[in-house]
Amino acid sequence: MSTTPALPPTPSQTVGPFFGYALPFTGGSDLAPPGHPDTITLHGRVLDGAGEPVPDALLEFWQAGPDGSLSGAPGSLRRDPVTGAVLGRDGVEFTGFARIAVDADGHYALRTLAPGGAPYVSVCVFARGLMHHLFTRAYLRDDPDDALLAAVDPERRHTLLAPEEPGRHRTHRFDIRLQGGEETVFLEFG
Amino acid sequence: MNLPNPAPVPAPESVTPPPPGPPAQAEIDREIAELHRAYQRDRAGGAPARHHPPRDFTPYRSSALRHPTRPPVAVTGDPEAVELHGPVFGVTDVTDLDADLTRHHAGEPLGERITVTGRLLDSRGRPVRGQLVEVWQANASGRYAHLRDQHPAPLDPHFTGVGRCLTAEDGTYSFTTVKPGAYPWRNHTNAWRPAHIHFSLFGTAFTQRLVTQMYFPGDPLFRHDPILSAVTDAAARERLVAAYDHDLSSPEWSLGYRWDIVLDGPAATWIEEGR
Repeated sequence: MSTTPALPPTPSQTVGPFFGYALPFTGGSDLAPPGHPDTITLHGRVLDGAGEPVPDALLEFWQAGPDGSLSGAPGSLRRDPVTGAVLGRDGVEFTGFARIAVDADGHYALRTLAPGGAPYVSVCVFARGLMHHLFTRAYLRDDPDDALLAAVDPERRHTLLAPEEPGRHRTHRFDIRLQGGEETVFLEFG
Repeated sequence: MNLPNPAPVPAPESVTPPPPGPPAQAEIDREIAELHRAYQRDRAGGAPARHHPPRDFTPYRSSALRHPTRPPVAVTGDPEAVELHGPVFGVTDVTDLDADLTRHHAGEPLGERITVTGRLLDSRGRPVRGQLVEVWQANASGRYAHLRDQHPAPLDPHFTGVGRCLTAEDGTYSFTTVKPGAYPWRNHTNAWRPAHIHFSLFGTAFTQRLVTQMYFPGDPLFRHDPILSAVTDAAARERLVAAYDHDLSSPEWSLGYRWDIVLDGPAATWIEEGR
């Protein structure tokens, strides 16, 4: 590795309460091409330490394409150059990136395609009151060979799993608990 | 000594504690000072510099129920981690006018026209090229174009306060806008945020993701603000403050501010180079 001394990073600050007219975009939750037969839904709620919904959280999702590709593709915020309005993804390229502002009940729903390769969707949580975003992973299936699932405290491992809901076709549940006994496992990358 | 008979007085209010209400600024200031002293003591004792704010910074009251109490689990040494790659953006994601927030409506917004520019770098000083930079801010009167902002300052029909651009080959971003106003919030009594512009940034890896706020030099509200003060390291706080740069000011047009941004976190390219 280079011996160049690292530049100190710019500190994080909270996303605050007023991002709603700036960051979310039309179709932000629709990562799967419209009408794709393999579309799955990943949904859940963001909850605070009192178990109450967090109504002003912003979630971002990053994942491999169905072919396992991690290169992503531009066009998540594809715009109409005449009006500036968001057109949505073109339905051809899988961009790998989604952004959802939760609703008043703290709920989100992502429509996507299951990633190829590693069976998880990476999730980044922003909220008013949260000074520095939080990373976690929603595992769409359990994988005993996965390095993180193998390493994490067995008591807390289930907070990373997003199992298919009984009776709901292709629908996976993943709640995010910011604090408390059932606190979600959050990650840091060294 | 003869004193007149005192008039009967009602029971002193101190018998019952005052109803709980928002804390005073002085109380918040005391809490901030104590947490900064504690950090300095830790540093003097050999603790490493803390570049990012702690998530449980009590003076910022909204953090109370929204911070994890358990330490994050480290994901290290996994070259296959999906987060070592990240979203990409391109020419379809921005339009030409997005970076000039003064041209999004039929007329010119009120306020002090400014340009804000700088470079987006990784922690080794390399430019982050072609990446999406998003900004949002209050108008010159300190009001957001957001339904939930009910601060009784005027909305500006010629200013929304949202911008985007892609970084250039050398990592440069640039926005034209108006200087935002300070505004009140309800963290405590008489709480005012120093003027700031919100920034959202992507690196080459999702691990480098950053949302932050840029401040303007010399703002007297800095020391009263629990959000900026949550960055307990004084040098790190300074890195959130732009520099006024007279060479960036345009005659008869605008004032210039420079602010470079350095992203944290590993990326896949680092691992490849380390092989």
